[in-house]
Amino acid sequence: MSNIRERLADIVGERFVSDKAEDLYFYGRDPGLMPAVHPDWVVLPETVEEIQGIVKMAQMEGIPVVPMGAGMSLSGLVIPQKGGIVVDMKRMDRIVDINEKARYVIVEGGTSTGRLNAYLNKKYPRLRFSIPDSPAATTVAANVMIHGQGRLTQQYGFNSDMVSGLEVVLPSGELCRIGSCAISNEWFSKGAPLPDLSGLFLGWFGATGIITKAGIKLYPRKLLRDVEIFVTDSPDFIPEIIYEITHTEMTEDINIFSQPLPLIFKDNHHVVIYFTGDSEEEIEFRKKTVFHSLDLFIRNKDGGFMSVGAGMKKSLLEMPQRNASTFADVTKGGGFEYSGPIITIDKYPQCTRKLDELAHKYDLKYHGTARIIGRGHAMMFAFSFTFNRSDADMLDRTRKALHEASQYALSIGGVFWKPTIDEQKMALQKMDPEFARLLKMIKTNLDPQGIMNPGNWESK
Amino acid sequence: MKYSDIVHRCFRCGYCKFTDDYQEFNCPSYRKFRFDTFAPGGRMWLIRAWLNGEIENSERFQEILFSCATCGSCVEHCAFTFRDDLVNIFISAREELVNSGKIPPAVRDYFKGISIQGNPYRQPAKERGAWAKGTSIECYNGHEYLFYVGCVGSYDEIGMRTARAVSTVLTKAGISMGILGEKETCDGNEVKSLGEAGLFQSLAERNINMFKELGIKKIITLDPHALNAFKKDYPDLGGEFEVIHYTQVLASLVESESIKFNPFPAKVTYHDSCYLGRHCGEYDAPRSILNAIPGIELIEMEQNMENSFCCGGGGGNFFTDILGGGSDSPDRIRVRHALATGADILAVACPQCARMLEDATKTEGVQDKLLIKDIGEIVSECLTGLKR
Repeated sequence: MSNIRERLADIVGERFVSDKAEDLYFYGRDPGLMPAVHPDWVVLPETVEEIQGIVKMAQMEGIPVVPMGAGMSLSGLVIPQKGGIVVDMKRMDRIVDINEKARYVIVEGGTSTGRLNAYLNKKYPRLRFSIPDSPAATTVAANVMIHGQGRLTQQYGFNSDMVSGLEVVLPSGELCRIGSCAISNEWFSKGAPLPDLSGLFLGWFGATGIITKAGIKLYPRKLLRDVEIFVTDSPDFIPEIIYEITHTEMTEDINIFSQPLPLIFKDNHHVVIYFTGDSEEEIEFRKKTVFHSLDLFIRNKDGGFMSVGAGMKKSLLEMPQRNASTFADVTKGGGFEYSGPIITIDKYPQCTRKLDELAHKYDLKYHGTARIIGRGHAMMFAFSFTFNRSDADMLDRTRKALHEASQYALSIGGVFWKPTIDEQKMALQKMDPEFARLLKMIKTNLDPQGIMNPGNWESK
Repeated sequence: MKYSDIVHRCFRCGYCKFTDDYQEFNCPSYRKFRFDTFAPGGRMWLIRAWLNGEIENSERFQEILFSCATCGSCVEHCAFTFRDDLVNIFISAREELVNSGKIPPAVRDYFKGISIQGNPYRQPAKERGAWAKGTSIECYNGHEYLFYVGCVGSYDEIGMRTARAVSTVLTKAGISMGILGEKETCDGNEVKSLGEAGLFQSLAERNINMFKELGIKKIITLDPHALNAFKKDYPDLGGEFEVIHYTQVLASLVESESIKFNPFPAKVTYHDSCYLGRHCGEYDAPRSILNAIPGIELIEMEQNMENSFCCGGGGGNFFTDILGGGSDSPDRIRVRHALATGADILAVACPQCARMLEDATKTEGVQDKLLIKDIGEIVSECLTGLKR
């Protein structure tokens, strides 16, 4: 394999391939706590043909290939477990096409959510997509690949539910279009009315192919946005509160957070409710409807709306929320990670108590966040711990706390979101054996040599 | 290493490499190389790895560290509270490499030129004031201001052209100022940013002593890089002077209506020098001058002011060229930004930017479509007289 570097350079150009120690160091880890594994090469392709060339060569040589966006999953999904080639997708960042009336956009596989958001702001101010709170560098394709969630998730489900078509380089190097774009020039559906094959790729973390283009549904962008916070000191009320709010169908998004610091937040659960409207009247109507839905809690003194200052409001309305990243600096240590199971909302009280218990047990700073998915169909509950990267003991405690949180979430019916390799193993052990067998069958058929992001969704 | 207690705090979230609307990558070295290792987050993680002994001081590591243009865009856009120290951290890491003796040859040669000849062009000191021949500027002799020209203004052809234009305009405007001529020596801004702290201190102390001996209290700089050193670094070494950039002087003359202009019909876009803009916070003065000239239509590039895209010359790269070369070199990208506005003239207020961008118009083959002009040159071409 001595000439692999040269062959990669022939495909992507000398400048865009590296086997230097510095690049292998950086691309061998992510900001989370999963152990580093260095790749052997890092490549930065610019075209679909280059990706096909890389994959075909890797297929011939049996070399692992790991596609990477911004590498911000925190759960190590782009750490090349068996070395090989890391394919940094970010040079493929063009916005290929947009259909304004049909409300979808097609972006290349390395386009960042920040870039797409800026593009829509400037060119199509009446359109938006479900922007996640991960950093703006996060790529659209990676976000849907991991079933990310965003500002429109409460209305339309996981961001992957909003995919309207895919173009994928298969492990064979062949190029395949998924959805309506397979038989039409239009990218309005990832599946229906055809068999929905997007599931062969979404949620697989690149283990079945590399997304080179993604169609994303766009939604009406209202002129105004606002945010209010309903506070209760008992987590037991949260499921009912969410049930009432989602019944109104008046909100853009609903998140819940709890954290011990600063002290004004301690022992409370904050239901952050986002509103949109094309006029003040529309926003007011929506707010009033939601306020009325919570009358009972207010009358019983079980909760109430807190005053949201201008600074806090600005921060909450920001998209993406930059302060989501700054949680990493609470211990002046540059890190945080969370176990984020998808789970039913009635489990909120248990989850939040477990989070508190784990934080005390392992002496860690924490932040609990729940994002409502659909009309209360589920939530993503993040057991988040911040850590100091230079404190080995704290890293160890954080790993233990996260592992325990994952075990707990699984035991009460949760399903891991963007699971680490360890969580994937736990999930594979617990899942219906026939489901696991089906996963293996799909993987084996698509990728018989097992070169695509190996280690992920692999059962023995 | 100084700041070693901070480097582990980078989350590598990547906000640092963007413009504030996230439309474009604004870190010039990341924009060129496209490996995350060349972004500020990459540098932070690699510096930590190097300090921990996980990687070595290799040619690649040096290229990664010394390709930083110290443009300050990361400082502007980082999400964390330690953002103000980002460039300082990169400079401190360079200092460590310099102290270890393992640095890129181009950096070593730059230091040699400065330490032996007092300038990176390896030209004799007596030639330093040659640019002033044929102008009416005098040697400093108790004038109100010292006009400090710097190495680029003294030896680079475009820099000399700019120095002549600015000195002519300011003299014509009645500003009392003189130059040091062959007594002038390097301000040290790039020496410091390339990590030679000892050489910088020696240059700064020499300058401070000379300025004090000559009774200099006020300084007008041609080069924003010198402005930065004099304003931010010299005070710590006992050099407290009133320092302003020449565009600030001109802007004040415009504001007081002390100068007037002939029409200058042109579409002009303005490139913010990182050291005048992000480092010294001056965005308005150059624009107020251009807006005051009748006939100029000032068109902004999308990446302007705090989001301005560096020409790639900062952090010593003007001299070492570690960041240069290829179609993705920052100067060529910046020229394309300017062309996209439809402007005929790309105005600058820094001799280093002027040289970088003028060279880039030639490489791009657009020197006939886009003229690079320093604001001093534009003013000198349309200044009609004084309202006094």
